[in-house]
Amino acid sequence: MTKHLNLTLHVWRQKNAKCDGKFVEYPAADISPDMSFLEMLDVVNEGLIRKGEEPITFDHDCREGICGTCSMVINGRPHGPKERTTTCQLHMRSFNDGDSITLEPWRAEAFPVIKDLMVDRGAFDRIIAVGGFISVPTGSPQDANALPIPKQNAELSMDAAACIGCGACVAACPNASAMLFLSAKVSHLGLLPQGQPERYTRVRDMVAQMDAEQFGTCTNHGECEIACPKGIKMENIARMNRDFIKASLTYRVVSGGGGAG
Amino acid sequence: MELNSRIPDGPIEKKWEKHKFDLKLVNPANKRKYKVLVVGSGLAGGAAAASLAELGYEVECFCYQDSPRRAHSIAAQGGINAAKNYQNDGDSVYRLFYDTVKGGDFRAREANVHRLAEVSNNIIDQCVGQGVPFAREYGGLLDNRSFGGAQVSRTFYARGQTGQQLLIGAYQALERQIGLGKVKMFPRHEMLELIVVDGAAKGIITRDMVTGEIKTHLADAVCLATGGYGNVFYLSTNAKGCNATAIWRAYKKGAAFANPCYTQIHPTCIPVTGDHQSKLTLMSESLRNDGRIWVPKKKEDCGKPASQIAEEDRDYYLERKYPSYGNLAPRDIASRAAKQVCDDGRGVGATRLGVYLDFSDAINRLGANKIEEKYGNLFEMYERITDENPYKTPMRIFPASHYTMGGLWVDYNLMSTIPGLFVLGEANFSDHGANRLGASALMQGLADGYFVIPYTIGGYLAGIKPGTRVKADNPAVKEAEQAVADRTEKFLSIGGKETPTHFHQRLGKVMWEFCGMARNEAGLKKALEEIPKIREEFWKNLCIPGSGDDVNQSLESAARVADFLEIGELMCLDALNRRESCGGHFREEWQTEEGEAMRDDENFCHVAAWEYKGEGQTPVRHVEALSYDNVHLATRSYK
Repeated sequence: MTKHLNLTLHVWRQKNAKCDGKFVEYPAADISPDMSFLEMLDVVNEGLIRKGEEPITFDHDCREGICGTCSMVINGRPHGPKERTTTCQLHMRSFNDGDSITLEPWRAEAFPVIKDLMVDRGAFDRIIAVGGFISVPTGSPQDANALPIPKQNAELSMDAAACIGCGACVAACPNASAMLFLSAKVSHLGLLPQGQPERYTRVRDMVAQMDAEQFGTCTNHGECEIACPKGIKMENIARMNRDFIKASLTYRVVSGGGGAG
Repeated sequence: MELNSRIPDGPIEKKWEKHKFDLKLVNPANKRKYKVLVVGSGLAGGAAAASLAELGYEVECFCYQDSPRRAHSIAAQGGINAAKNYQNDGDSVYRLFYDTVKGGDFRAREANVHRLAEVSNNIIDQCVGQGVPFAREYGGLLDNRSFGGAQVSRTFYARGQTGQQLLIGAYQALERQIGLGKVKMFPRHEMLELIVVDGAAKGIITRDMVTGEIKTHLADAVCLATGGYGNVFYLSTNAKGCNATAIWRAYKKGAAFANPCYTQIHPTCIPVTGDHQSKLTLMSESLRNDGRIWVPKKKEDCGKPASQIAEEDRDYYLERKYPSYGNLAPRDIASRAAKQVCDDGRGVGATRLGVYLDFSDAINRLGANKIEEKYGNLFEMYERITDENPYKTPMRIFPASHYTMGGLWVDYNLMSTIPGLFVLGEANFSDHGANRLGASALMQGLADGYFVIPYTIGGYLAGIKPGTRVKADNPAVKEAEQAVADRTEKFLSIGGKETPTHFHQRLGKVMWEFCGMARNEAGLKKALEEIPKIREEFWKNLCIPGSGDDVNQSLESAARVADFLEIGELMCLDALNRRESCGGHFREEWQTEEGEAMRDDENFCHVAAWEYKGEGQTPVRHVEALSYDNVHLATRSYK
């Protein structure tokens, strides 16, 4: 039997966006190293509820590293100490008996705190809504194999499409920039032939929305790439910058032609 | 209650075509005068909301997650079937139809399944058009793989993240409509009640999970695409938030619930490690293409490391029992076989509830690089969770609750027994019969959302005069609002000592033991005694700290558990009444000498649809007879 852990948590508690928050200390006793980090929090929360205290609010859902819901800064690092791992897939065997663990929400102006460790990431959806898509109404496309796509492009596109939209990149960035998130979408779609017609309007519109949402700008710190649980690379940012410059230089107002008849 | 399936006349391959023409159309200028609510934003809900908005309807979409992109469809790993026959290996719409009917153990509706197979090809075209980065060959064309229960390669995939990529496609289509102002999105909203006026669905009541506000939304039709009820087992591969509240509320308002006992236990999940376990993680079934499943032949070898067990002392039991399908036997069969060897005392791992899934042969044959290319992210995930390297030691897997084939009863138009209430995706019962084949859930969710509901809902709306929407002061609306407020208050005022999770875990244990992979009369009767006891204690001894006026995750959980405590009972009742074994429903009393499921087509070749009769009353079991005019009833054999 592996030894169980006794830990001390310092957790950010904040009733809502308007109230001030503070760190509160909780013991986490007799924790199995096989538990996931969120299961450890479940154990702490079950104890709090039984005492009639409000449990620690945190976002989570699939608990298998794909939905992108879980979001907390663990000892100063988004999603904790392990590379390419979401909080839900972090296991307690990554910690030692007696450790103190500090838990904070994502910190960014564009991600206001809702409660405790839960933040509002609606800004990401609004960025997608202005251009993070290919306009293809249901029923309109041609046969799927009519357009061969070089394997390498498909793979690079897939690498970028693996983004889970968790926001760790923003939380890790000293400027709270959303460039890694944005560039992943720009690359995913821009690397495919289907994405070409809207390639330059897409990047322009998405960047404008990013600015409107109060995200910071990228100054090439590279913290985002390290924090990203899905290994999204900074080369996407370079690709996006190239597209953005081209888009800015070539932008023209398109006027609709008159209808026939 | 009348169960009219409204299956169109004519030969099977012409039914959908004919029906599409027979359905009334809504004048394009009138479409914006109709409002449709879509609850759930996964593959079915997201696709429906986007497609209906494209057509011009006013759409409101709801999800409990913070973004529609996080719906649990995202976690599907393996792939999506389509009858493209790109591999020239003999696939066709008819073969996909045939395999799905057979895979469902002859308990699905032929007409629905044929339509599903027909539109499967449109789905792949649509997804590629949206930019879904499916796996490709070096020539740039789409790649396929084979999947459990099929002998052709018809599964399209995007690494081990197919569900994620398809969902992102639907999500982006949905966000586009949100950006255009055609869909109003309500994230972090949970549907707590259905509004039924004069027998028709006219709206829903939601709770804003951030402010606690109870809101009323009125419309001309409601689509539920809220997924399955697999979390009734507590431990499942579902996301923690997946729940049955929307369909259960609809059931209590008069929608028949079909085949609740049809649950799918997926054979390849990571085994449980202890009582703290909060969910189970699936390892894609596609791994069975290259992995070989085995346990030691001798019980005394079970404690040894796999490497110390000689080849001749290994029992590759699926290959032994089912030589033609081998490790690719359908899910129900593979799960049950794993249970049998573990019951036999030959399970592996600390709990002895596990079997090996071994890649050493495939690595020797193809090289570790090729295996990494195919399954890299799955291997990584396995190692992260178990701290074992599957390139070196075999994976350990065990079955877990994964999918529910049962759900709200719907007719050919996907409409429930409540007019105006449509049910899509896993939430309905329609296409998978008693067992779902791999890579067909994504297909069904997207078929319903992209290619069925946009046609069939028009047929319903065309019969309603525009501008006749129910008003907020209607007594039925007020009553529904009050019911939600009262129920929320009730949860908060119990003031007991136990957490919602405590009761959920207890329910889960009863369900897993008595209504899991194998069921029998005595066990089901025992469960039917136990569940009401847990429920009674729940309502007396529940503890919910905090208030209803802001984020309260305990309150959310309690409301879901309260419904699971009722749905579990209906599942057991259905399982008890279905006195045969079929697909995922295995009754120990009905098996062959070799331990295979024994159907009773004479007495049970039907859908069982349950009608709610009120608190404390036994629901009534209605029957929709199934006829097999194309795929003839036969005992499934994968030997």
